[in-house]
Amino acid sequence: MSESEKPVSLNSYIRLCGVVFLVVLCTTSAMIATSFSHIGEGWTLKVALILAIAVVNAFLVAGYLMHLLSEKKLIYTVLAFTVFFFIGLMGLTVWATNGFPTGTISH
Amino acid sequence: MEIPYTIETRPDTGLYNAKLGIWLFLASEVMLFGGLFSAYVLLRVGAEPGMWPHGWLNVTLGTVNTLLLALSAITTLLAWAACKVRDFAKFKIFHACTILLALTFLGIKSYEYHDKLIHYEIKLNNGTFADGHLVEKSKDFDLANKTGTVTLHGRIVTDEKELMDLRASSAQSAKLDEVTVAATDIKSMGNYGPKHNTFTAIYFTLTGLHALHILGGTIVIFYFWAFGGAMWKTDPERFTNRIEVSGLFWHFVDLVWIFLFPVLYLT
Amino acid sequence: MPAPHAPDEHGHAEHHEPNFWQKYIFSTDHKVIGIQYGFMALCFMLFGFFLMLLMRWQIAHPGVPVPVFGSLLEKILGQPAAHGAISPDLYNSFGAMHGTIMVFLGVVPLAFAAFGNYVVPLMIGAPDMCFPRINMASFHAFFLGGVVMLVSFFIPGGAAQAGWTSYSPLATTIPTNGQAFWLVGMVLLITSSLLGAVNFIATIIQLRAPGMTWMRLPWFVWAQFVTAFILLLAFPPLEAAGVLQLMDNVAHTSFFLPTGLAVGGQLADRSGGGSPLLWQHLFWFLGHPEVYVLILPAMGIVIEVIANNTRKPIWGYKSLVYSVLFVGFLSFIVWAHHMYLTGMGQKIATFFQATTMMISVPSVIILTCMFLSLWGGSIRINTPMLFALGFLPMFGIGGLTGLPLGLAAADLYLHDTYYIIAHFHYVVAPGTIFALFAGVYFWFPKMTGRKMNEFWGRVHFWCSLAFMNIVFMPMFAQGIKGMLRRMSDGAVNYSAARVPGAIDALPGSVMQLNGVILWAAICLGIAQIPFIINLFWSINHGEKVGTNPWRATTLDWQTPTPPPHGNFVHAPHVVRGPYEYSAPGHAEDFTPQDEPESPFAPLTPNTDH
Repeated sequence: MSESEKPVSLNSYIRLCGVVFLVVLCTTSAMIATSFSHIGEGWTLKVALILAIAVVNAFLVAGYLMHLLSEKKLIYTVLAFTVFFFIGLMGLTVWATNGFPTGTISH
Repeated sequence: MEIPYTIETRPDTGLYNAKLGIWLFLASEVMLFGGLFSAYVLLRVGAEPGMWPHGWLNVTLGTVNTLLLALSAITTLLAWAACKVRDFAKFKIFHACTILLALTFLGIKSYEYHDKLIHYEIKLNNGTFADGHLVEKSKDFDLANKTGTVTLHGRIVTDEKELMDLRASSAQSAKLDEVTVAATDIKSMGNYGPKHNTFTAIYFTLTGLHALHILGGTIVIFYFWAFGGAMWKTDPERFTNRIEVSGLFWHFVDLVWIFLFPVLYLT
Repeated sequence: MPAPHAPDEHGHAEHHEPNFWQKYIFSTDHKVIGIQYGFMALCFMLFGFFLMLLMRWQIAHPGVPVPVFGSLLEKILGQPAAHGAISPDLYNSFGAMHGTIMVFLGVVPLAFAAFGNYVVPLMIGAPDMCFPRINMASFHAFFLGGVVMLVSFFIPGGAAQAGWTSYSPLATTIPTNGQAFWLVGMVLLITSSLLGAVNFIATIIQLRAPGMTWMRLPWFVWAQFVTAFILLLAFPPLEAAGVLQLMDNVAHTSFFLPTGLAVGGQLADRSGGGSPLLWQHLFWFLGHPEVYVLILPAMGIVIEVIANNTRKPIWGYKSLVYSVLFVGFLSFIVWAHHMYLTGMGQKIATFFQATTMMISVPSVIILTCMFLSLWGGSIRINTPMLFALGFLPMFGIGGLTGLPLGLAAADLYLHDTYYIIAHFHYVVAPGTIFALFAGVYFWFPKMTGRKMNEFWGRVHFWCSLAFMNIVFMPMFAQGIKGMLRRMSDGAVNYSAARVPGAIDALPGSVMQLNGVILWAAICLGIAQIPFIINLFWSINHGEKVGTNPWRATTLDWQTPTPPPHGNFVHAPHVVRGPYEYSAPGHAEDFTPQDEPESPFAPLTPNTDH
């Protein structure tokens, strides 16, 4: 058996999926609305909002459809390290390419 | 020789082998797409102001694709749930839907790619740009020998920056017409393929690699759907595990799209 | 229970005897796969060594036709080897391929895939790896990658020439398809390593025998575990970068090409907008953890050989475990110390300098534990132990010479000089490779039931030790004097003889060292001949030994020789730690991990659990 607690019938799964899909519909609409709205100057705030909504979306898919919320500690550990290194890769790379001393590079 | 914990879970980890294996593999895939997303961030942040495109992709098609994939993620989960309750007929129905949804996704993607490949930007000798979808090339059209004409459904602009932000009101209200250009007036001509600029480059690479993952996942799911009957009869628990593991891969591919869609289409 | 379509799975006693192809080419048995990897890796290493000899000839005698092999080269390669001399382009391709082959086709497959595959399942008491068929796929992807790399020598334009680091824009603008071949080969090799990494991690977590707790694992397994994690998480960004560079090469994108790039005096027909630095970041994100992939399995082998030949437990087992975990973790956030000269801001350079200095601490702890393990030991000298002992000062030199390189201020001067070449070769060549030799001599009896010849083993060791040092020690001096790396003319155009008035021209003493290094390299090559002959000869004519000739405690020595399919007749039950040598109150000076506790023996404290 690969899950400690699971709905015992197909119908309860179908219900769960229905709810998830509805929420996905809402989040997708929210992202599109934000994208076409005129919030903030330029794109920065919009991008931040849209990505935040995308994270919520991802949380739903990962948490419920991949049943990550009921997964074992070992998996969480592996993913925690992965996320840390991913943030390190993106963050340090962006920091490095933006941290040039003044006058050394024309941007 | 029997390898332990292929079906039953190991007590101290609570996992069977393939489940640990697929999560490890997915961790590496996070780093793979993470590397590509890092490239995207760097290229976008480093681009000249005003030279990063907006609105070049069809949001409607992208939304349809998003919902198709979300639905396929659900049918994937339900296919596994059906296996768990030993309902093979329902499993077949759910995964048939998954495969159809996936193929539709790929079909829409191909249409989008094609649309980009017939969209041309022509730099004219007088410094202006003709931009639009290809209507027709005259029979004698030859760019090298400067013969013939090419007709686009689009417009002519004076500054290349006007072609960048298609969300801007000026671009929204621009009139699109049939524009015919003689080969003798053309300085250079290229379609909106990968080499057009860094946006199309990263767009084609990110979505192309993602599409390859969709294709791979579809093939695996099809294999289990078509030929799973034999293992289902002899070892349904092991078959269920395989459906779970392949389902996890499929959900991951959906997860990547959940970030691809807003990043490429909505920002 | 047999899988539905698996003619190559040997599940039952009454199964038919597998044919040649199933047994040796498409085997899913981890021991066969380990030997496949090992054999191929050693062949590639020999080839890479030969490339280096050709380069050292060119450095010592620029433009002079290669003796003996010159005409053969010309026949095979044509114009680039005109008159048997090595042209600059050919030198560059040898340099790029020497690095690539040694790292990705030589050391990693031997240290991680070969030794790991053969030994790890045995050491943890498992019947095989978690995913035997994926294991087989791993090997074949590696083999294909190797074929692609070798084939690239023969295409028009030749093999890749932009270094094993393949920096853009050079890697994209060189007029050869060799770069594309290199990238395709790399994608195959990375795929092979990723699949292998998944297998190793899952196997070590899931298939440990009953009683084999984490703190009872031989440290070799810990080292392979961390190595696998490094491969799993660090390789994919390079695979991503490889795809991007392949797009640049083949689809004419500009991921790594800046705006305004000019090639051959003409503005390149590219969109521009890309960043060469992006390639460097993505490459070194793997590149640095990669060096820990090269060293950790070797350290693992050294620990096992030292414990066995000192007849006492390893000093500081817990420190070793925490150190290797810390090294693995830190290795992901030090990479830009390879990029100090790219104009990074001071803050970020300081960050990477700090993490780089930090990572030297656990490395030194590991080396210290190795040294301290010798103290008070009943030291047994045999060929594996000689190589393991030789590893210690060699890795010490390599590691210590890395410290100035981690400090940004010193690295500004030393970067891209021969000092760097000396530093990393010390760690990998008399470092890792010595440990790998130790491993070959050590586990040979388990694979074949015979020992390799001891006399020729010692000849191999002493000659290799001497010549390795004569080859690489002078390079520190050359580098400090300012001799840069990757110069196909051996820096003769920067020498005092060629440009007498120039400030800091390389003095004749530095240039003469090139000749010394050439001779030492040739002798080093000759010193490997006894090893090659010994290896093959001993398979059928070596001294016959029992199943545990070294009287070792770990589970790999408690199997029949060679271990049968499934490894253990009964699943072992582990009751003690991995290094129970000379435990007081025991008749023997070693107690295997799975030997049942005798109810009559006095209780011995289990110090590590």
